[in-house]
Amino acid sequence: MNLTVNGKTVAIADDPATPLLDVLRNTLGLKGSRYGCGLEQCGACMVLIDGAPEFSCVREVGTLAGRDIRTVESLREHKVIAAFLAEQAGQCGYCLSGIVVSAAALLARNKDPSRAEIAAALDRNLCRCGAHPRIIRAVERAAAAMEGSRA
Amino acid sequence: MSDAPLPLSVANNPSPARWLRFEAPGVVHLSVGKVEIGQGVLTALTQIAAEELDVPAGAVRILSGDTDNAPDEGSTSSSLSIEVSGASVRLISAEVRARFLQRLALRLNCAPEELSVSAGAFLRAGAPTGQDYWSLAPEVDLAAPATGRAPRKPLAAYSVVGRNLPRIDLPAKLTGAAFIHDMAPPGMLHARTLRQPCRGARLAALDEAAIKRAAKGEVRIVRKGDFVAFVAENETVAQRAAVAAPAHARWENVAAIPPGADEAQWLVGQKAITRELGDPLTAAQGEVVEAMYSRNYVAHASLGPSCAVAEERDGHLTVWTHSQAVYPLRTSLSNVLGRGIETISVRHAQGAGCYGHNGADDAALDAALVAELVPGRPIRLQWRREEEFAFEPVGTAQVMRLRAVVDSRGRPVDWTAEIWAGSHVTRPALGGNMLAHEALPTPPPDPRPMDPPEAAGGGGTRNAFPLYAVGAKRIVHHLVERMPVRTSALRSLGGMANIFALECFLDELAERAGADPVAYRLTLMEDARAAAVIARAAEMAEWTRRRGPAGTGRGIGIGFGQYKNRSAYAAVVAEVEVEQEVRLARVWCAADGGLVIAPDGARNQVEGGIVQAASFALKEQVRFGETGIASCDWDAYPILRFSEVPEITTELIGPPGAPSLGMGECTMGPTAAAIGNAVAHALGVRLRALPLTRERIAAALGAG
Repeated sequence: MNLTVNGKTVAIADDPATPLLDVLRNTLGLKGSRYGCGLEQCGACMVLIDGAPEFSCVREVGTLAGRDIRTVESLREHKVIAAFLAEQAGQCGYCLSGIVVSAAALLARNKDPSRAEIAAALDRNLCRCGAHPRIIRAVERAAAAMEGSRA
Repeated sequence: MSDAPLPLSVANNPSPARWLRFEAPGVVHLSVGKVEIGQGVLTALTQIAAEELDVPAGAVRILSGDTDNAPDEGSTSSSLSIEVSGASVRLISAEVRARFLQRLALRLNCAPEELSVSAGAFLRAGAPTGQDYWSLAPEVDLAAPATGRAPRKPLAAYSVVGRNLPRIDLPAKLTGAAFIHDMAPPGMLHARTLRQPCRGARLAALDEAAIKRAAKGEVRIVRKGDFVAFVAENETVAQRAAVAAPAHARWENVAAIPPGADEAQWLVGQKAITRELGDPLTAAQGEVVEAMYSRNYVAHASLGPSCAVAEERDGHLTVWTHSQAVYPLRTSLSNVLGRGIETISVRHAQGAGCYGHNGADDAALDAALVAELVPGRPIRLQWRREEEFAFEPVGTAQVMRLRAVVDSRGRPVDWTAEIWAGSHVTRPALGGNMLAHEALPTPPPDPRPMDPPEAAGGGGTRNAFPLYAVGAKRIVHHLVERMPVRTSALRSLGGMANIFALECFLDELAERAGADPVAYRLTLMEDARAAAVIARAAEMAEWTRRRGPAGTGRGIGIGFGQYKNRSAYAAVVAEVEVEQEVRLARVWCAADGGLVIAPDGARNQVEGGIVQAASFALKEQVRFGETGIASCDWDAYPILRFSEVPEITTELIGPPGAPSLGMGECTMGPTAAAIGNAVAHALGVRLRALPLTRERIAAALGAG
């Protein structure tokens, strides 16, 4: 089948029942999306599907033909990344790629989110190290930077 | 300089050549035995080396945790990386710098004092000599043991230490392949395991055909004794086999867990090794106050499940692991696999944060076993989420009964802490078992109960002696012999439970004395640095203004501790709102870790500890089923989420002239205590058992 990932259409030969996450990591070598639970509970595997943040660890790849799938690798130039680096937002970093995806999706629909809105948007992502306060600050910084570049 | 004892890591690895190399021009290769577990230690150690050598921080490339190429620094644990490895890197770097200057002085026929270093280049009286570390390196002997006598840079001259450098590991972790989980060497196979449900269980039957059908792809089932693994080219196939396998396996000799054993109180009355420490009982007269506190079992619950890569090739086994202890792991692998230590290399690769002894070492043995059974191909073995929850060692539950004799002014004059707990450390290097060993044809003997000695900070006894002036003090420690599940090191060991108990008890004593909790602490505290963090945290929180009457549903509380009574000091103030459950509204923290190498990194650790301790204190408890751990996913084992995390204000107030004190675990106990005290203030009723769940609040209010 054909899959559209990060703006490119690629032909894959995986069993259609394969979780999207496994296809991204193993077939396409995109390691930024991570396995945390395989149960749609932790958010480490989050990707954008048609712009919405979605878990990829259970989602069968066969259901995604023609959908616009974007992984964290497509966000390398996104202001969210620069903001996370500026705030040094993270500790072990395992959760970060999924959180970046959720944050980018939030900022695409809400240009000036409050702290509570940011927290709510990230509630599907778990962070075990307790880096939450600086992650929230990083998203606030990214929002300000995006606003600044539009002005 | 003095002949003070060398830091442990230098004593064990005295040759500077083991630590520093100058090969490619402009690049300093620094090798260390401590590993990155999300705490930013590699960046901080880089800063220390750059400072003492006078090279740009960007010139330092760091290699960590490699049994072939890095010094043996034991385990990355107990908040010792900056205290021990940092001191070692500083000493080694100073020594190397001095050797280069001596060599150049000989060459130039001048006194070493005329020479200086700038950005790796040597100057004489401030003028270039045309020489640098790299040009001179072939002439300088770095093999001779370090003496510890080289002059170290004075604090006033620091320009790299104490500054915030960006973490070197963070960019890749944001967007790319950064973890052991992401390794994909050519020819790699994926593996999963079928876990023995408990020690002693025997695999009576395994329906391999059914498992292969469920895998929907080519999978090889390998066995050694009762250790079973599924190996496939395709990870999805290996995973499917492992998910299906438990339903197609029949085990015998599966031991039952006693009902109710997942509650801390179960520990009281179990057979235990009992020790008494501290002062003998005194004849102190006064009112006797007693209270019993507890903490339930807590999981490390790393966000990424344990993983390892191993390859057996030409008689040599190479294992990549996110273990905290690569050298000790090599020794353990040698023992379990029955092969010479020289035939094994262990290399660290980063994993998700571990917060102690989780499944990392066990996964490394799993991968090594599969590699031996399937030689010639790299084996990537990853645990499933349910496996991580069910089979990692967990932090033991602990019960504390505190007893004080109180004088007529309401001050304690005699203090006893009686503690019941399982082992706080069963790392394989210390005699604990690696999981798969128990499934092999020659399993190890029953694990012995063990705990770190008090000289290393203790386990169940960690932080049980109050730092306050409380008269005679003693600990009665009951180390429970047979635990229902494996327990091992979890961030701060017994320190969190003991500080929770001690600091809550202190609030209870203050209340009896009619004293304000902060003022009461300060009257009992003789250590000026401890008093300073308590006073500063209270100021930051505007304690006097905020501390209203008890029982209004809104409360504020304080907790203090000096980690291990010898590392960093921290005082935490928490503000909570309690209705049916606790909402943590604000947290303030003042901490003193002496000289701070990387202030933002230290702050990150301090605040991360606050959030993690809040999660432990408010939500977390491992639940047992009939034969093992039953809380095996994030629904059954909830942790604090973004919308539940409070705003945190932190100040680092340590004197920079004082030695660095490990900060990574210093806020765990103080946070739990501050929350416990704030909840008691909000409710007007004290809850003495962690976690402070909705059910416990309802029960306390119902009873009150």
